[in-house]
Order: sequence, then C-alpha cells, then structure tokens
Amino acid sequence: MSHPVEAEAFLKDKATSKWHDETLWFVRDKRDKVSKTVPEWEELRELASQIKDNVLSQLEVYLEAFEKNAVANGIQVHWAKDAQEHNKIVLEILKNKKCKAIVKSKSILTEECHLNPFLEKNGVEVVDTDLGERIVQFLNQAPSHIVLPAIHLKKGQISDIFHEKLQTEKGNDDPTYLTQAARVHLRGKFLGAKVAVTGVNFGVAETGEFVVCTNEGNADMGVHLADVHIACMGIEKIIPKREHLGVFLRLLARSATGQSITNYNSHFRSPAVGKEIHLILVDNGRTAQLGREKFRNSLKCIRCGACMNTCPIYRRSGGFSYKSTVPGPIGSILSPGIDLQKHSSLPFASTLCGSCTDVCPVKINIHEQLYEWRQEITKSQSALNGKSIAMKIANGIFSVPFAYHVSGAMMRGALKILPESVTYSGLNTWGKGRDLPELPKESFRNWYEKNRK
Amino acid sequence: MNNSKDNILSKIRAVKRTEIPLPTIGEFAHPADLKKTFCEAILSNKGEILTQEGFMEIMASADFPKRYSPIEAYRKFNTFKLPQDPHALNDLDLAIVQGQFGVAENGAIWFEEEDLIHRVLPFITDHLIVVLSIDNLLGNMHAAYERMDNNHSGFGVFIAGPSKTADIEQSLVIGAQGARSLKVVLV
Repeated sequence: MSHPVEAEAFLKDKATSKWHDETLWFVRDKRDKVSKTVPEWEELRELASQIKDNVLSQLEVYLEAFEKNAVANGIQVHWAKDAQEHNKIVLEILKNKKCKAIVKSKSILTEECHLNPFLEKNGVEVVDTDLGERIVQFLNQAPSHIVLPAIHLKKGQISDIFHEKLQTEKGNDDPTYLTQAARVHLRGKFLGAKVAVTGVNFGVAETGEFVVCTNEGNADMGVHLADVHIACMGIEKIIPKREHLGVFLRLLARSATGQSITNYNSHFRSPAVGKEIHLILVDNGRTAQLGREKFRNSLKCIRCGACMNTCPIYRRSGGFSYKSTVPGPIGSILSPGIDLQKHSSLPFASTLCGSCTDVCPVKINIHEQLYEWRQEITKSQSALNGKSIAMKIANGIFSVPFAYHVSGAMMRGALKILPESVTYSGLNTWGKGRDLPELPKESFRNWYEKNRK
Repeated sequence: MNNSKDNILSKIRAVKRTEIPLPTIGEFAHPADLKKTFCEAILSNKGEILTQEGFMEIMASADFPKRYSPIEAYRKFNTFKLPQDPHALNDLDLAIVQGQFGVAENGAIWFEEEDLIHRVLPFITDHLIVVLSIDNLLGNMHAAYERMDNNHSGFGVFIAGPSKTADIEQSLVIGAQGARSLKVVLV
C-alpha cells in the first residue's frame, strides 16, 4: 500500500477533507487550552515519561506481579503471544459459556487482532457499543481515528446508515436524534449480552486491578450486566502503582479531547459475586519492538490520539490512508515494526515538523523515530523508485559544496523556463498536490556577499 | 497457555536493558477555592450543581416516578424496590448515591461497590443525583489516590459527568449509553 495514493483518494472530497482538517485542529486547540490551565503540565509529562521508561526497563517484573495480584483478586489471567492466540482464547471462553453474541467497548487491541471478523466467522455476533464504533461497524469500516472512530463521516452518511439499520426517519441528521436511536438500540443489546469485552487503559501491577475510561459509560453498561467480562490488554499497558494513575488520568483526557477527565473511569479489581473476569495479556509484536532500542519508547503510548489531531498530514489525509489499525504519527512508528513491507510508506507520511512529539503526553520522540524508520526502510529497499532517484541526485548535490552552489543558480534559472509538465512530472513525486514556492531572484549567499558591508 | 507466558517473559528478558528508576511524584499546588473549582469542573463536564432546596424540590415532585437510593437518609423517597437482578434497574428513572469524595481539578467523584449496591446502578439509571460532603473535596488526582490508598473494593469508579458523546460530527450530545444527567448536591 502507499500512503500518498490513499491520501489522494481522501482529498477528492474537498469539503469533507477541509472539515476533517479544521475539526481535528479544533480538538488540538482544546487540548492546548486545557493543558495550559494545569501549571505542572510539563512536569506531569516528564513524570509519565519516566514512569513508562521504568516500566519498559522492568516489564517482566511488573507483568509477573500484576498476574499474581490479579489472580489473588479472583481475575483469570491468560497470555497470548499473538493475535491468533488472543482470538482463540476469547472464542474458547465464549464456547464454554455457550455464548453467541457479545457487546464490546472500544479496544484498539481487538482491532489490531481483527477479533470481530474472527468471531463472526465462528458464528458470534459482535456489537460495538461505542457510538462511533457502532456507526463504522454498520458501514463495515474500521475506525479512522483511535479516539474519534467516525471522524471521517458526515452526519448525512450516518443518518442514511441509521435509516437503513435502525429505521430512523429518512433524512433526519440531527445528532441528538441519531444518538437517541442508537441508545435505544444498544440498550437492548446490553440487556441481552452474557459476555462483554473491553480494552484496558491501565493495568496496575501493585494491586492487580485495571482501569477502563469512557465518556459514554458503554464499557460499564456492558460488563456489569453480563456474567463474564473479558478484558484485552497489551503487555505495555502496565503501570507500577495505583498512585501513578493520578499522573496518567490527569494527562489522558486532556491530551485526547481537551476534557479534564473522561466522565467514567472504572477500576476493576475483582469480579462481582457470581461473575467472572478474564484478562488477556497480549504480546503481538510488542516484545520485538522492545528489542529495537531506537523504537522502544513507542511502547510508552497511552493511545490518546493527540499526535493525530495535531499532525498536518493526518488531518489532510484521513485515518484510512494509513491502512494501519493505529494511524497517524504514532501508528507510523508502531506499524513498520509489525510489517515493514506493508507499512514502508508510513514513516514518509510526515513533514517531520515535530508537532506530534510536542503534544505527546508521555514524551515519545515520534518525529525522530519517523526519521529513524526512513533510514531503516531506505537501507532495506534496493529497488529504485522515482523518489529515490531524486534523493540520490540531491544527496550528491548536498555532499559537495561546489555542486550545491552551482546547481542552486542553475535551478533558479531552469525552474523559470521549464514547463510545468517537467517540474510536475511523475519523477517529481513532491510536485503532486503542491505548488512550488515563489523563487527568489538571488540566493541568500549572493545577497549576503553584496550586503555584508 | 503457560507456554505463551514463558515465551513472552523470556523474550522480554532477552532484551538487555538498564533499570531506569521510578520518579517520585512531588507536591503540586491545590486550587485555592476547592468548592468553586469543583463546581466549575462539574459544569464543564456537562453536569449540574443542585442546591439542597433544589434537591428537595425534585424529591417532592413527580418528575422521576421510579426512584431508588441506597443512602439511609433518603430511603423515605424510594419508590422503586432494589431488584435482585440488576437488569431490572433498566426501569429506574433516578438513582441517588453518595460519593466518597470529589476532585476539584476535574469534578471526578469516587464511588466504590459498597456505595452503589449494584455496580451498574449509576450507569443504567436514567438520571443520577450524587450527594457529596463539601468536607470531602480534594484538590487533585494525586490527593485522590492518596486518600483511597488503604481501601480495597472489587470495583471503584470516578464519575465526572453524565454519559456523553461527540461521535457524530463532533456535536456534543448528552445521554449516550449511560445516565442522561448528573446532578451534584454539596452538603
């Protein structure tokens, strides 16, 4: 797959792509405003970063402590080395409970493992209960953003699919009306479900409890009415102590949507009387990423989505253009670790402006890792393509001062007279969707020599 | 199953790393006026603040026919018998619960299983009123976790507002899957 090709498709609908860009920037702006109301904001980011550094340096110790404490609390803990094993464990639990339908709240991990299609193939109905996720599920789509799953859709499209699936009035696209229809529909599903699946925001090694955050209350509606709660957790979601939740819960929602906290933050320590909690700890490539020293701290991510909201490329290309469960800047450093071939264009889907790094609540050096991945990918790609020819020429020019000096003057002359068919030819992939800047009459070097006195 | 546990743990151990120490969380200044900051946070989360008079008016009205509270002092207002099966709470119009403490910086109110009787109560009820003592307001989340340190409940939750969503074109809608309103009475 190629990010530029996919992005081009997204940009065809100019009005929607403009709305997408502006709306995500608005969310980024809310994040800025709310973070500035917390005087110790930068200190919190530093603390969060250091706590996660400690976790990654002691991951095995915390995982074992977490399991021991969770088991003592009555939670059944499972380990899955990959997506396939994770899905098999979920199915096995469902078979034991003779369960044919589940409700599921937001979990990026289950998206990563492609749990829904697996369960459906095995005759289990899966109902995503987050409103945005239910909308994209009706459309047979994946979420295009990890926090705002349906951000690529306009209300008219949602009205159409609700009319088809939930028999709402044709053409009624009022968000309150549509949300109410979904509420009634999902209430029935909650009341009927025997098993509920959730993700995990944080697992606490010290207490063996785990925390799930939502604004809709859908995770809680599911699990408290069901007999069995299955929680799916990436091994990197562990934190050492309960007191560390104070740091992360102060950062998470503020970074994600500009709220001071999500409206529901549930701490699961042991099952209610007569019920079961199963927790699945999943690797699926995380230990491999831990072994890549340059990319290790991408595992610090708490999935707030702030790097997507701020990214000039993500905002203008949409989540689907990444063809990756986690899109945007963080996805572009996580996904190449899972499948380098498939995701090789993602580290190039960035201006390296560093805005992602600036907003990251756990201080992941995202743009530097994007740059590192580019080098890994360039090294591993032997076949020449259009861009690499241009890069090779540029490389030669930049490495020899005289060549740079001469070619600058030549280009200032040539670009004026070359027809657009040449400067915007297929060889120059940067010419696509971009205008060249106005050319200065002389170089800075010439200007400086003339004006130095 | 154990195979995968060993597999994962041995892969982690195989990665040579230097232990990085845990940082200490320092002291951060608390908001000067806890009540004012807390109330502003609740409003910003789309909750409401009720006066005690306003609360009594609601109790005296017929607005919420099916009401339940596990709080001793308000049992006299109960018009709904606590069911054995929590699914039956789906008919409930209003639940009145007591919060253990509230956090001024974000309006989060802490509950444990024992405060809720059924874990699903504050979610499944159509509307929720929380009674909270002004003396139990804390400055920030660090103070909150310090406060609950010795508690050991099977389930605990911070509730900071009503159920809400902005999944349709970022338009805020109150009353997604959980309670349609949250009203807080400070006593």
